[in-house]
Amino acid sequence: MDFLRPASLAEALAAKAENPAAVPIAGGTDVMVELNFDRRRPPALLDLGRVAELARWGEENGHVRLGATVSYTRIVEELGTVLPGLAMAARTVGSPQIRNRAGVGGNLGSASPAGDAHPPLLAAGAEVELASVRGTRTVPVGEFFLGPKRSALAEDELITAVLVPRAAGPQQFAKVGTRNAMVIAVCSFGLALDTAARSVGTGIGSAGPTPLRAAEAEEFAAAALPWDEPAALDEATAREFGELVAAAARPIDDVRGSAAYRRHALAVLARRTLRWAWQDVSGGR
Amino acid sequence: MRVNLEINGEQHTADDVWPGESLLYVLRERLGLPGAKNACEQGECGSCTVYLDGTPVCACLVAAGQAEGRSVRTVEGLGGEDRLDPVQDAFVRTGAVQCGFCTPGLVIAAHDLVHRNPHASDAEIREALAGNLCRCTGYEKILDAVRLAASTVAGERA
Ligand SMILES: Cc1cc2nc3c(=O)[nH]c(=O)nc-3n(C[C@H](O)[C@H](O)[C@H](O)COP(=O)(O)OP(=O)(O)OC[C@H]3O[C@@H](n4cnc5c(N)ncnc54)[C@H](O)[C@@H]3O)c2cc1C
Ligand code: FES
Ligand code: FES
Repeated sequence: MDFLRPASLAEALAAKAENPAAVPIAGGTDVMVELNFDRRRPPALLDLGRVAELARWGEENGHVRLGATVSYTRIVEELGTVLPGLAMAARTVGSPQIRNRAGVGGNLGSASPAGDAHPPLLAAGAEVELASVRGTRTVPVGEFFLGPKRSALAEDELITAVLVPRAAGPQQFAKVGTRNAMVIAVCSFGLALDTAARSVGTGIGSAGPTPLRAAEAEEFAAAALPWDEPAALDEATAREFGELVAAAARPIDDVRGSAAYRRHALAVLARRTLRWAWQDVSGGR
Repeated sequence: MRVNLEINGEQHTADDVWPGESLLYVLRERLGLPGAKNACEQGECGSCTVYLDGTPVCACLVAAGQAEGRSVRTVEGLGGEDRLDPVQDAFVRTGAVQCGFCTPGLVIAAHDLVHRNPHASDAEIREALAGNLCRCTGYEKILDAVRLAASTVAGERA
């Protein structure tokens, strides 16, 4: 096995083009588990830990360009105001030790339907930036996932960043699991309100072959929410929103929960998060 | 391959490292530093927690080559031959050590917390230690230890 150690993005892309079978390693919190348990024996590891370009974030024209290897710890500490939904999700990942190493690039790279970054990225309408020696392209996060652990990433490409619109209203994230830490989501839900555009974004985690949006729920809520007089959110609207989110899920029975439970829990998470978010709107925040 | 790294203030070199092995394996099996423990090798238990460039990480999830040129601090580097670090001392005094297997990892996690935030609330202590499992103590004594260590550190700063 080779260990490739590029010192810049250009070197990393060249190395990936030359060794398409090399496995990128960022925080290593997914890759090392596979190596330690002999589930994977790649011909080479491609360490992204020295590529400074991937470890930065910055704001450009209304969105945040979040480098693939910015850790969850930094997302929580530095991006809570501009990307509140993603920061909330980051706070629930693993443990402090995991959050200190892992980031969104690895979460997308693994493309698990349960990845916690995915629902808030979907809800916010984020795009994934993919680069190779051939050039750079962006893919809407909803089109990035092709199936469980399968994504649009080509074999010579690296994920360089996610482009996330700056929050234009309250955002929420909620996750069901057996304890507060160290939990792979049984199901999860991300919500983003845009109070200027009067639109609603959603993301469903761990309840389908890929993370999913609930398009009908989004349209329903955008039309039904009392944007003009934000004082009241009636129970019927919250419930209907929850039911539409549950209907958009495509869950299966597995060791973490049954499909029926996941649907039920999603309806609860969706109406709760809508209530929390709407409180911020009606409370004038 | 060869890996050069600083551990507890001293330069070390490990030879014949297999590129897929972990920093934990290098520390324990190649460099004779068995302080960090190996229990799960999947990031779940925290018994392998060490500082990597000043940040607590699971050594079992760091590839050896990722530690090249970096600085590592293990439990062996907190106190000295004849002196305990205040965090270690607090663990001993409060009875937070039973079998001791989880202790090196918890001591690093607690050390990090009390130096970042010597006035941590109980909720913050629990959150900071959420990645470290202990099968013996039931955690209450560990919380006592962290509170004691935090007050010692806060006192030293005052
Ligand atoms: C104890 C434990 C608890 C966990 N808890 C959670 C949790 O609560 N929620 C959650 O979502 N996940 C959790 N995970 C999974 C993991 O931490 C996340 O998926 C994390 O985001 C992975 O990031 P990483 O940097 O460590 O990725 P790595 O392990 O370095 O890489 C993961 C995958 O992505 C690929 N990759 C990484 N970076 C790039 C890139 N820039 N371009 C292309 N491919 C890339 C790698 O080749 C690999 O296939 C947990 C893992 C552990 C060990
Ligand atoms: S041995 Fe590393 S976390 Fe358990
Ligand atoms: S003292 Fe035995 S595991 Fe913690």
